[in-house]
Amino acid sequence: MTDKTMTADQVVSRLHSGMTLGIGGWGSRRKPMALVRAVLRSDVTDLTVVSYGGPDVGMLAAAGRIRKLVAPFATLDSIPLEPHFRAARERGAFEMMEVDEAMFMWGLHAAANRLPFLPVRAGLGSDVMRVNPGLRTVTSPYDDGETFVAMPALRLDAALVHVNRADRLGNGQYLGPDPYFDDLFCEAADTAYVSCERLVDTAELTKDAAPQSLLIKRHTVTGVVEAPNGAHFTSCAPDYGRDEDFQKTYATMPWPEFAARFLDGDEQTYQSAVREGS
Amino acid sequence: MTEVTRTPLLPATRAEYCVIACAEAWRDAGEVLASPMGLIPSVGARLARLTFSPDLLLTDGEAMVVRPDGTTEGWLPYRQHLALVTSGRRHVMMGASQIDRYGNQNISCIGDWERPKRQLLGVRGAPVNTLNNPTSYWIPRHSRRVFVEKVDMVCGVGYDHAGAARHHRIPRVVSDLGVFDFATPDHAMRLASLHPGVTLEQVREATAFDLVVPDDVPPTREPTAAELRLIREVIDPANSRAREVGA
Repeated sequence: MTDKTMTADQVVSRLHSGMTLGIGGWGSRRKPMALVRAVLRSDVTDLTVVSYGGPDVGMLAAAGRIRKLVAPFATLDSIPLEPHFRAARERGAFEMMEVDEAMFMWGLHAAANRLPFLPVRAGLGSDVMRVNPGLRTVTSPYDDGETFVAMPALRLDAALVHVNRADRLGNGQYLGPDPYFDDLFCEAADTAYVSCERLVDTAELTKDAAPQSLLIKRHTVTGVVEAPNGAHFTSCAPDYGRDEDFQKTYATMPWPEFAARFLDGDEQTYQSAVREGS
Repeated sequence: MTEVTRTPLLPATRAEYCVIACAEAWRDAGEVLASPMGLIPSVGARLARLTFSPDLLLTDGEAMVVRPDGTTEGWLPYRQHLALVTSGRRHVMMGASQIDRYGNQNISCIGDWERPKRQLLGVRGAPVNTLNNPTSYWIPRHSRRVFVEKVDMVCGVGYDHAGAARHHRIPRVVSDLGVFDFATPDHAMRLASLHPGVTLEQVREATAFDLVVPDDVPPTREPTAAELRLIREVIDPANSRAREVGA
Protein backbone atom coordinates (compact mmCIF):
# COMPACT_ATOMS: atom_id res chain seq x y z
CA MET A 1 0.00 0.00 0.00
CA THR A 2 1.34 3.39 -0.96
CA ASP A 3 1.88 5.99 1.71
CA LYS A 4 0.81 9.18 -0.07
CA THR A 5 1.61 11.67 2.65
CA MET A 6 3.55 14.73 1.57
CA THR A 7 3.94 18.37 2.51
CA ALA A 8 1.97 21.22 0.97
CA ASP A 9 5.17 22.41 -0.72
CA GLN A 10 5.70 18.94 -2.19
CA VAL A 11 2.16 19.13 -3.62
CA VAL A 12 2.94 22.46 -5.23
CA SER A 13 6.23 21.15 -6.65
CA ARG A 14 4.05 18.78 -8.72
CA LEU A 15 1.95 21.61 -10.10
CA HIS A 16 3.05 23.80 -12.97
CA SER A 17 2.11 27.05 -14.62
CA GLY A 18 -0.66 26.85 -17.20
CA MET A 19 -2.47 23.99 -15.45
CA THR A 20 -6.20 23.60 -14.99
CA LEU A 21 -6.66 23.50 -11.23
CA GLY A 22 -9.90 22.49 -9.52
CA ILE A 23 -10.44 23.72 -5.95
CA GLY A 24 -13.00 22.06 -3.67
CA GLY A 25 -15.25 23.52 -0.98
CA TRP A 26 -17.94 26.14 -1.62
CA GLY A 27 -17.73 29.92 -1.15
CA SER A 28 -16.00 30.46 2.17
CA ARG A 29 -16.54 26.87 3.35
CA ARG A 30 -13.95 24.10 3.69
CA LYS A 31 -11.54 25.56 1.17
CA PRO A 32 -8.07 23.97 0.95
CA MET A 33 -6.49 27.23 2.02
CA ALA A 34 -3.19 25.77 3.28
CA LEU A 35 -2.65 24.34 -0.22
CA VAL A 36 -3.70 27.64 -1.81
CA ARG A 37 -1.22 29.46 0.44
CA ALA A 38 1.46 27.03 -0.73
CA VAL A 39 0.59 27.86 -4.34
CA LEU A 40 0.94 31.55 -3.46
CA ARG A 41 4.45 30.87 -2.08
CA SER A 42 5.47 29.26 -5.37
CA ASP A 43 5.96 30.62 -8.89
CA VAL A 44 3.01 28.63 -10.26
CA THR A 45 0.87 30.99 -12.36
CA ASP A 46 -1.19 31.31 -15.53
CA LEU A 47 -3.74 28.95 -14.01
CA THR A 48 -7.19 27.98 -15.18
CA VAL A 49 -9.02 27.82 -11.86
CA VAL A 50 -12.24 25.81 -11.58
CA SER A 51 -14.10 26.57 -8.36
CA TYR A 52 -17.33 27.33 -6.54
CA GLY A 53 -15.42 30.46 -5.70
CA GLY A 54 -14.45 31.84 -2.32
CA PRO A 55 -11.24 33.36 -0.96
CA ASP A 56 -9.27 30.74 -2.91
CA VAL A 57 -10.29 32.58 -6.07
CA GLY A 58 -9.89 35.97 -4.39
CA MET A 59 -6.32 35.34 -3.25
CA LEU A 60 -5.14 33.74 -6.47
CA ALA A 61 -6.75 36.61 -8.40
CA ALA A 62 -5.18 39.26 -6.17
CA ALA A 63 -1.79 37.61 -6.63
CA GLY A 64 -2.23 37.58 -10.42
CA ARG A 65 -2.08 33.78 -10.76
CA ILE A 66 -5.30 33.28 -12.73
CA ARG A 67 -5.38 33.31 -16.52
CA LYS A 68 -8.92 31.96 -16.71
CA LEU A 69 -11.60 31.38 -14.12
CA VAL A 70 -14.39 28.82 -14.47
CA ALA A 71 -17.02 29.57 -11.83
CA PRO A 72 -20.70 30.30 -11.16
CA PHE A 73 -19.85 32.89 -8.47
CA ALA A 74 -17.29 34.02 -5.95
CA THR A 75 -18.42 34.93 -2.44
CA LEU A 76 -17.28 35.03 1.18
CA ASP A 77 -20.82 34.04 2.32
CA SER A 78 -21.07 36.37 5.34
CA ILE A 79 -19.54 39.04 3.08
CA PRO A 80 -21.54 38.53 -0.12
CA LEU A 81 -19.07 40.02 -2.62
CA GLU A 82 -15.50 38.66 -2.79
CA PRO A 83 -13.49 41.90 -2.92
CA HIS A 84 -10.40 40.64 -4.76
CA PHE A 85 -12.36 38.64 -7.34
CA ARG A 86 -14.41 41.75 -7.88
CA ALA A 87 -11.42 44.04 -8.29
CA ALA A 88 -9.74 41.58 -10.67
CA ARG A 89 -12.86 41.33 -12.85
CA GLU A 90 -13.25 45.11 -12.89
CA ARG A 91 -9.69 45.57 -14.16
CA GLY A 92 -10.16 42.78 -16.70
CA ALA A 93 -7.43 40.69 -15.10
CA PHE A 94 -8.51 37.29 -16.44
CA GLU A 95 -10.70 35.47 -18.89
CA MET A 96 -13.83 33.90 -17.45
CA MET A 97 -16.17 31.01 -18.18
CA GLU A 98 -19.17 32.03 -16.09
CA VAL A 99 -21.63 29.16 -15.83
CA ASP A 100 -24.57 28.27 -13.63
CA GLU A 101 -24.05 26.26 -10.40
CA ALA A 102 -25.82 23.21 -11.83
CA MET A 103 -24.00 23.42 -15.18
CA PHE A 104 -20.76 23.48 -13.21
CA MET A 105 -21.79 20.37 -11.26
CA TRP A 106 -22.74 18.44 -14.39
CA GLY A 107 -19.46 19.52 -15.98
CA LEU A 108 -17.63 17.84 -13.11
CA HIS A 109 -19.86 14.77 -13.40
CA ALA A 110 -19.12 14.54 -17.12
CA ALA A 111 -15.39 14.72 -16.43
CA ALA A 112 -15.63 12.11 -13.65
CA ASN A 113 -17.61 9.82 -15.95
CA ARG A 114 -15.25 10.30 -18.91
CA LEU A 115 -18.06 11.79 -20.96
CA PRO A 116 -17.50 14.73 -23.34
CA PHE A 117 -20.63 16.49 -22.01
CA LEU A 118 -23.90 16.01 -20.17
CA PRO A 119 -27.25 17.52 -21.18
CA VAL A 120 -28.54 20.11 -18.72
CA ARG A 121 -31.77 22.08 -18.52
CA ALA A 122 -29.96 25.29 -17.62
CA GLY A 123 -28.33 28.16 -19.45
CA LEU A 124 -30.74 28.44 -22.40
CA GLY A 125 -32.39 31.85 -22.55
CA SER A 126 -29.78 33.35 -20.25
CA ASP A 127 -26.67 35.35 -21.10
CA VAL A 128 -24.55 32.38 -20.04
CA MET A 129 -24.96 31.44 -23.71
CA ARG A 130 -23.90 34.91 -24.89
CA VAL A 131 -20.75 35.11 -22.76
CA ASN A 132 -19.75 31.50 -23.55
CA PRO A 133 -20.10 31.34 -27.33
CA GLY A 134 -18.40 27.94 -27.27
CA LEU A 135 -21.32 26.27 -25.48
CA ARG A 136 -23.27 23.90 -27.73
CA THR A 137 -26.78 22.53 -27.45
CA VAL A 138 -28.07 19.00 -27.93
CA THR A 139 -31.58 17.86 -28.86
CA SER A 140 -33.19 14.86 -27.24
CA PRO A 141 -33.28 11.94 -29.71
CA TYR A 142 -36.54 10.76 -28.09
CA ASP A 143 -40.11 11.90 -28.74
CA ASP A 144 -39.94 14.91 -26.43
CA GLY A 145 -37.40 16.60 -28.72
CA GLU A 146 -36.29 19.06 -26.05
CA THR A 147 -33.11 21.07 -26.55
CA PHE A 148 -30.54 21.19 -23.76
CA VAL A 149 -27.16 22.75 -23.16
CA ALA A 150 -24.41 20.18 -23.72
CA MET A 151 -22.30 21.09 -20.71
CA PRO A 152 -18.71 20.17 -21.57
CA ALA A 153 -16.69 18.06 -19.15
CA LEU A 154 -14.66 20.16 -16.70
CA ARG A 155 -11.61 17.93 -16.80
CA LEU A 156 -8.90 19.01 -14.34
CA ASP A 157 -5.14 18.55 -14.41
CA ALA A 158 -5.13 18.71 -10.63
CA ALA A 159 -7.59 19.09 -7.79
CA LEU A 160 -7.04 20.50 -4.29
CA VAL A 161 -9.54 19.69 -1.53
CA HIS A 162 -9.61 19.87 2.26
CA VAL A 163 -11.42 17.40 4.54
CA ASN A 164 -11.65 16.72 8.26
CA ARG A 165 -9.78 13.38 8.40
CA ALA A 166 -7.78 11.23 6.03
CA ASP A 167 -5.53 8.20 6.22
CA ARG A 168 -2.08 7.91 4.65
CA LEU A 169 -3.51 6.11 1.64
CA GLY A 170 -5.78 8.93 0.58
CA ASN A 171 -9.13 7.87 2.02
CA GLY A 172 -10.75 11.19 2.91
CA GLN A 173 -13.53 11.81 5.41
CA TYR A 174 -15.83 14.81 5.91
CA LEU A 175 -17.56 15.24 9.26
CA GLY A 176 -19.52 18.43 8.55
CA PRO A 177 -23.02 18.81 7.14
CA ASP A 178 -22.13 19.07 3.45
CA PRO A 179 -19.68 17.12 1.29
CA TYR A 180 -19.81 19.94 -1.28
CA PHE A 181 -18.34 18.45 -4.48
CA ASP A 182 -14.92 17.40 -3.23
CA ASP A 183 -15.19 13.76 -4.35
CA LEU A 184 -16.22 14.91 -7.82
CA PHE A 185 -13.26 17.30 -8.03
CA CYS A 186 -10.93 14.39 -7.23
CA GLU A 187 -12.66 12.09 -9.74
CA ALA A 188 -12.56 14.78 -12.43
CA ALA A 189 -8.81 15.33 -12.01
CA ASP A 190 -5.72 13.57 -13.32
CA THR A 191 -4.08 14.16 -9.95
CA ALA A 192 -5.81 15.06 -6.69
CA TYR A 193 -4.33 16.34 -3.45
CA VAL A 194 -6.24 16.06 -0.21
CA SER A 195 -5.31 18.10 2.83
CA CYS A 196 -6.88 17.20 6.15
CA GLU A 197 -7.24 18.51 9.67
CA ARG A 198 -5.87 15.30 11.10
CA LEU A 199 -4.17 12.26 9.62
CA VAL A 200 -5.46 9.07 11.30
CA ASP A 201 -5.10 5.31 11.02
CA THR A 202 -7.55 3.76 8.58
CA ALA A 203 -9.41 1.93 11.35
CA GLU A 204 -9.86 5.20 13.20
CA LEU A 205 -11.93 6.68 10.35
CA THR A 206 -15.07 4.67 11.07
CA LYS A 207 -14.57 4.17 14.79
CA ASP A 208 -16.98 6.98 15.67
CA ALA A 209 -18.30 8.05 12.28
CA ALA A 210 -20.67 6.45 9.78
CA PRO A 211 -19.09 4.89 6.66
CA GLN A 212 -20.94 7.32 4.39
CA SER A 213 -18.69 10.06 5.78
CA LEU A 214 -15.87 8.45 3.74
CA LEU A 215 -16.24 10.86 0.84
CA ILE A 216 -12.99 10.50 -1.05
CA LYS A 217 -11.62 7.15 -2.17
CA ARG A 218 -7.89 6.57 -2.31
CA HIS A 219 -7.80 5.47 -5.96
CA THR A 220 -8.64 9.07 -6.91
CA VAL A 221 -5.93 10.60 -4.71
CA THR A 222 -2.28 11.34 -5.46
CA GLY A 223 -1.15 13.02 -2.26
CA VAL A 224 -2.29 13.56 1.32
CA VAL A 225 -1.23 16.51 3.45
CA GLU A 226 -1.85 16.91 7.15
CA ALA A 227 -2.75 20.60 7.56
CA PRO A 228 -4.31 21.48 10.91
CA ASN A 229 -6.43 24.61 10.62
CA GLY A 230 -5.77 24.17 6.90
CA ALA A 231 -9.12 25.61 5.80
CA HIS A 232 -8.58 28.78 7.83
CA PHE A 233 -10.18 31.31 7.59
CA THR A 234 -13.01 29.43 5.87
CA SER A 235 -15.22 27.08 7.88
CA CYS A 236 -14.38 23.44 8.52
CA ALA A 237 -17.32 22.11 10.55
CA PRO A 238 -17.31 20.49 13.04
CA ASP A 239 -13.61 21.16 13.71
CA TYR A 240 -14.07 24.95 13.55
CA GLY A 241 -16.29 27.65 12.13
CA ARG A 242 -15.33 30.48 9.83
CA ASP A 243 -12.96 33.02 11.40
CA GLU A 244 -15.22 35.99 10.72
CA ASP A 245 -12.88 38.57 12.25
CA PHE A 246 -9.98 37.39 10.17
CA GLN A 247 -12.14 37.21 7.06
CA LYS A 248 -13.10 40.84 7.65
CA THR A 249 -9.41 41.72 7.85
CA TYR A 250 -8.79 39.85 4.60
CA ALA A 251 -11.68 41.66 2.91
CA THR A 252 -10.75 45.17 4.04
CA MET A 253 -6.95 45.29 4.29
CA PRO A 254 -5.20 46.32 1.07
CA TRP A 255 -3.89 43.15 -0.58
CA PRO A 256 -0.15 44.05 -0.55
CA GLU A 257 -0.36 44.71 3.16
CA PHE A 258 -2.32 41.51 3.83
CA ALA A 259 0.11 39.46 1.77
CA ALA A 260 3.13 40.99 3.48
CA ARG A 261 1.69 40.47 6.91
CA PHE A 262 0.32 36.94 6.54
CA LEU A 263 1.63 35.24 3.42
CA ASP A 264 5.34 36.01 3.31
CA GLY A 265 6.42 33.08 5.45
CA ASP A 266 5.52 29.40 5.54
CA GLU A 267 2.30 27.84 6.83
CA GLN A 268 3.56 27.79 10.40
CA THR A 269 4.38 31.48 10.22
CA TYR A 270 0.88 32.11 8.85
CA GLN A 271 -0.77 30.20 11.67
CA SER A 272 1.22 32.05 14.34
CA ALA A 273 0.51 35.41 12.68
CA VAL A 274 -3.20 34.50 12.80
CA ARG A 275 -2.96 33.62 16.50
CA GLU A 276 -1.13 36.84 17.31
CA GLY A 277 -3.04 39.09 14.95
CA SER A 278 -6.57 38.39 16.12
CA MET B 1 -56.35 27.43 27.24
CA THR B 2 -56.51 30.17 29.82
CA GLU B 3 -57.45 33.59 28.63
CA VAL B 4 -54.38 35.76 28.34
CA THR B 5 -54.69 39.51 28.41
CA ARG B 6 -52.77 40.92 25.49
CA THR B 7 -51.91 44.47 24.67
CA PRO B 8 -53.67 45.63 21.50
CA LEU B 9 -51.58 45.00 18.38
CA LEU B 10 -49.82 47.91 16.77
CA PRO B 11 -50.74 48.29 13.10
CA ALA B 12 -48.68 46.38 10.53
CA THR B 13 -45.43 48.00 9.42
CA ARG B 14 -44.24 48.15 5.81
CA ALA B 15 -41.81 45.34 6.57
CA GLU B 16 -44.70 43.22 7.80
CA TYR B 17 -46.74 43.84 4.64
CA CYS B 18 -43.65 42.69 2.76
CA VAL B 19 -43.52 39.54 4.90
CA ILE B 20 -47.17 38.81 4.06
CA ALA B 21 -46.57 39.46 0.35
CA CYS B 22 -43.62 37.06 0.37
CA ALA B 23 -45.46 34.42 2.39
CA GLU B 24 -48.29 34.49 -0.16
CA ALA B 25 -45.85 33.31 -2.83
CA TRP B 26 -45.89 29.90 -1.12
CA ARG B 27 -49.66 29.61 -0.71
CA ASP B 28 -50.95 26.32 -2.20
CA ALA B 29 -47.38 25.33 -3.06
CA GLY B 30 -47.89 21.86 -1.57
CA GLU B 31 -45.04 19.67 -0.35
CA VAL B 32 -42.15 21.55 -1.94
CA LEU B 33 -38.96 23.19 -0.73
CA ALA B 34 -39.32 26.90 0.00
CA SER B 35 -35.98 28.59 -0.74
CA PRO B 36 -36.11 32.17 0.48
CA MET B 37 -33.06 34.38 -0.09
CA GLY B 38 -33.02 37.48 2.05
CA LEU B 39 -34.38 38.14 5.48
CA ILE B 40 -37.99 39.13 4.80
CA PRO B 41 -38.56 36.21 2.41
CA SER B 42 -37.20 33.90 5.14
CA VAL B 43 -39.67 35.29 7.65
CA GLY B 44 -42.39 34.96 5.01
CA ALA B 45 -41.56 31.33 4.22
CA ARG B 46 -41.65 30.41 7.89
CA LEU B 47 -44.94 32.23 8.32
CA ALA B 48 -46.42 30.32 5.38
CA ARG B 49 -45.13 27.05 6.83
CA LEU B 50 -46.63 27.84 10.25
CA THR B 51 -50.03 28.84 8.84
CA PHE B 52 -51.54 28.20 5.42
CA SER B 53 -48.83 26.03 3.80
CA PRO B 54 -47.95 23.49 6.51
CA ASP B 55 -46.45 20.97 4.06
CA LEU B 56 -43.57 23.26 2.97
CA LEU B 57 -39.99 22.11 3.51
CA LEU B 58 -37.51 24.64 4.87
CA THR B 59 -33.72 24.54 5.20
CA ASP B 60 -31.38 25.99 7.80
CA GLY B 61 -29.54 27.84 5.04
CA GLU B 62 -26.97 25.06 4.87
CA ALA B 63 -27.48 21.33 4.42
CA MET B 64 -30.34 20.55 6.80
CA VAL B 65 -34.07 20.45 6.19
CA VAL B 66 -35.57 21.78 9.41
CA ARG B 67 -38.95 22.28 11.03
CA PRO B 68 -39.74 25.89 12.05
CA ASP B 69 -38.52 25.11 15.59
CA GLY B 70 -35.16 24.05 14.18
CA THR B 71 -35.61 20.28 14.49
CA THR B 72 -33.76 18.53 11.68
CA GLU B 73 -36.04 16.46 9.49
CA GLY B 74 -33.87 15.89 6.44
CA TRP B 75 -30.53 16.30 4.72
CA LEU B 76 -30.08 18.42 1.62
CA PRO B 77 -26.45 19.08 0.73
CA TYR B 78 -25.75 21.26 -2.32
CA ARG B 79 -25.53 18.31 -4.71
CA GLN B 80 -29.04 17.16 -3.72
CA HIS B 81 -30.33 20.71 -3.63
CA LEU B 82 -29.23 21.27 -7.24
CA ALA B 83 -30.85 17.97 -8.22
CA LEU B 84 -34.05 18.92 -6.39
CA VAL B 85 -34.23 22.11 -8.47
CA THR B 86 -34.52 20.04 -11.64
CA SER B 87 -37.36 18.00 -10.13
CA GLY B 88 -39.36 21.23 -9.92
CA ARG B 89 -40.35 20.53 -6.31
CA ARG B 90 -39.14 23.90 -5.11
CA HIS B 91 -40.20 27.53 -5.18
CA VAL B 92 -37.26 29.89 -4.78
CA MET B 93 -37.43 33.60 -4.02
CA MET B 94 -34.18 35.19 -5.22
CA GLY B 95 -32.85 38.71 -5.00
CA ALA B 96 -32.15 40.87 -8.06
CA SER B 97 -29.66 43.66 -8.64
CA GLN B 98 -31.60 44.41 -11.82
CA ILE B 99 -34.95 43.15 -13.12
CA ASP B 100 -36.78 44.16 -16.29
CA ARG B 101 -40.37 44.19 -17.48
CA TYR B 102 -40.31 40.55 -18.58
CA GLY B 103 -38.70 39.33 -15.38
CA ASN B 104 -35.12 38.93 -16.62
CA GLN B 105 -32.94 39.14 -13.52
CA ASN B 106 -29.31 40.09 -13.06
CA ILE B 107 -27.05 39.34 -10.09
CA SER B 108 -23.82 38.92 -12.06
CA CYS B 109 -22.42 42.34 -12.94
CA ILE B 110 -23.25 45.91 -13.89
CA GLY B 111 -21.98 47.21 -17.20
CA ASP B 112 -20.22 45.26 -19.91
CA TRP B 113 -19.70 41.63 -18.87
CA GLU B 114 -16.27 41.54 -20.53
CA ARG B 115 -15.03 44.12 -18.09
CA PRO B 116 -17.75 45.05 -15.63
CA LYS B 117 -18.17 48.45 -14.09
CA ARG B 118 -19.27 46.62 -10.97
CA GLN B 119 -18.72 42.92 -10.50
CA LEU B 120 -21.45 41.35 -8.37
CA LEU B 121 -21.98 37.73 -7.30
CA GLY B 122 -22.02 35.89 -10.61
CA VAL B 123 -24.96 34.04 -12.20
CA ARG B 124 -25.14 31.55 -9.28
CA GLY B 125 -28.13 29.21 -9.80
CA ALA B 126 -30.42 31.70 -11.52
CA PRO B 127 -30.22 30.06 -14.98
CA VAL B 128 -31.11 26.58 -13.66
CA ASN B 129 -33.71 27.88 -11.22
CA THR B 130 -35.71 29.79 -13.81
CA LEU B 131 -35.84 26.88 -16.25
CA ASN B 132 -36.87 24.31 -13.67
CA ASN B 133 -38.85 25.56 -10.70
CA PRO B 134 -41.05 28.55 -9.93
CA THR B 135 -38.80 31.55 -9.26
CA SER B 136 -40.04 34.69 -7.53
CA TYR B 137 -38.03 37.77 -6.63
CA TRP B 138 -37.62 40.01 -3.58
CA ILE B 139 -36.37 43.58 -3.94
CA PRO B 140 -36.06 45.41 -0.61
CA ARG B 141 -35.46 48.84 -2.21
CA HIS B 142 -37.58 49.50 -5.27
CA SER B 143 -35.72 51.96 -7.50
CA ARG B 144 -34.98 52.78 -11.14
CA ARG B 145 -31.55 51.27 -10.66
CA VAL B 146 -33.17 47.89 -9.99
CA PHE B 147 -36.34 48.03 -12.12
CA VAL B 148 -34.54 48.70 -15.39
CA GLU B 149 -35.52 48.80 -19.05
CA LYS B 150 -32.95 46.11 -19.87
CA VAL B 151 -30.72 44.08 -17.54
CA ASP B 152 -26.98 44.11 -18.24
CA MET B 153 -26.67 40.31 -17.90
CA VAL B 154 -29.57 37.86 -18.07
CA CYS B 155 -29.05 35.44 -15.16
CA GLY B 156 -32.63 34.53 -14.28
CA VAL B 157 -34.53 34.02 -17.52
CA GLY B 158 -37.51 36.30 -18.20
CA TYR B 159 -40.63 35.52 -20.22
CA ASP B 160 -39.29 37.06 -23.45
CA HIS B 161 -36.22 34.78 -23.29
CA ALA B 162 -37.91 31.60 -22.04
CA GLY B 163 -38.86 30.32 -25.49
CA ALA B 164 -40.05 26.75 -25.30
CA ALA B 165 -38.93 26.24 -21.70
CA ARG B 166 -41.65 23.99 -20.34
CA HIS B 167 -41.14 24.58 -16.62
CA HIS B 168 -40.52 28.33 -16.64
CA ARG B 169 -42.67 30.41 -14.28
CA ILE B 170 -42.18 33.66 -12.38
CA PRO B 171 -45.11 33.80 -9.96
CA ARG B 172 -44.38 37.17 -8.38
CA VAL B 173 -42.00 40.00 -7.64
CA VAL B 174 -42.28 41.58 -4.21
CA SER B 175 -40.68 44.94 -3.44
CA ASP B 176 -40.95 47.33 -0.53
CA LEU B 177 -43.58 49.19 -2.55
CA GLY B 178 -45.85 46.45 -3.84
CA VAL B 179 -46.42 43.09 -5.48
CA PHE B 180 -45.99 42.51 -9.20
CA ASP B 181 -46.83 39.63 -11.51
CA PHE B 182 -46.79 38.80 -15.22
CA ALA B 183 -50.50 38.07 -15.74
CA THR B 184 -50.69 40.03 -18.99
CA PRO B 185 -51.08 38.83 -22.59
CA ASP B 186 -47.36 39.30 -23.38
CA HIS B 187 -46.16 38.58 -19.82
CA ALA B 188 -45.09 42.18 -19.22
CA MET B 189 -44.82 43.07 -15.54
CA ARG B 190 -48.06 44.17 -13.94
CA LEU B 191 -48.74 45.90 -10.65
CA ALA B 192 -50.72 43.35 -8.64
CA SER B 193 -51.05 45.17 -5.33
CA LEU B 194 -49.77 48.26 -3.53
CA HIS B 195 -48.59 48.05 0.05
CA PRO B 196 -50.78 50.31 2.20
CA GLY B 197 -49.28 53.80 2.35
CA VAL B 198 -47.69 53.57 -1.11
CA THR B 199 -49.04 55.53 -4.06
CA LEU B 200 -49.11 54.51 -7.68
CA GLU B 201 -47.01 57.58 -8.49
CA GLN B 202 -44.29 56.42 -6.12
CA VAL B 203 -44.09 53.08 -7.91
CA ARG B 204 -44.07 54.67 -11.36
CA GLU B 205 -41.30 57.05 -10.35
CA ALA B 206 -39.20 54.23 -9.00
CA THR B 207 -39.60 52.05 -12.10
CA ALA B 208 -37.60 52.73 -15.26
CA PHE B 209 -40.03 50.93 -17.59
CA ASP B 210 -43.78 51.23 -18.18
CA LEU B 211 -45.60 48.98 -15.78
CA VAL B 212 -48.95 47.51 -16.69
CA VAL B 213 -51.39 49.05 -14.21
CA PRO B 214 -54.94 47.69 -14.03
CA ASP B 215 -57.88 50.05 -13.39
CA ASP B 216 -58.31 48.80 -9.88
CA VAL B 217 -55.16 48.04 -7.96
CA PRO B 218 -55.93 46.34 -4.66
CA PRO B 219 -53.89 46.94 -1.53
CA THR B 220 -51.62 44.15 -0.31
CA ARG B 221 -53.73 42.20 2.13
CA GLU B 222 -53.70 42.91 5.84
CA PRO B 223 -51.96 40.43 8.09
CA THR B 224 -54.29 38.72 10.53
CA ALA B 225 -53.79 39.28 14.24
CA ALA B 226 -52.51 35.71 14.53
CA GLU B 227 -50.00 36.29 11.72
CA LEU B 228 -48.74 39.49 13.31
CA ARG B 229 -48.22 37.70 16.62
CA LEU B 230 -46.33 34.90 14.89
CA ILE B 231 -44.09 37.36 13.05
CA ARG B 232 -43.42 39.51 16.11
CA GLU B 233 -43.24 36.95 18.86
CA VAL B 234 -42.20 33.65 17.29
CA ILE B 235 -40.42 34.09 13.96
CA ASP B 236 -38.63 37.43 14.26
CA PRO B 237 -38.79 38.70 17.84
CA ALA B 238 -35.56 40.70 17.29
CA ASN B 239 -37.36 42.69 14.56
CA SER B 240 -34.52 42.20 12.12
CA ARG B 241 -37.09 42.62 9.33
CA ALA B 242 -37.07 46.38 10.08
CA ARG B 243 -33.39 46.48 9.10
CA GLU B 244 -34.24 45.23 5.61
CA VAL B 245 -37.27 47.51 5.12
CA GLY B 246 -37.61 50.57 7.33
CA ALA B 247 -40.89 52.22 8.30
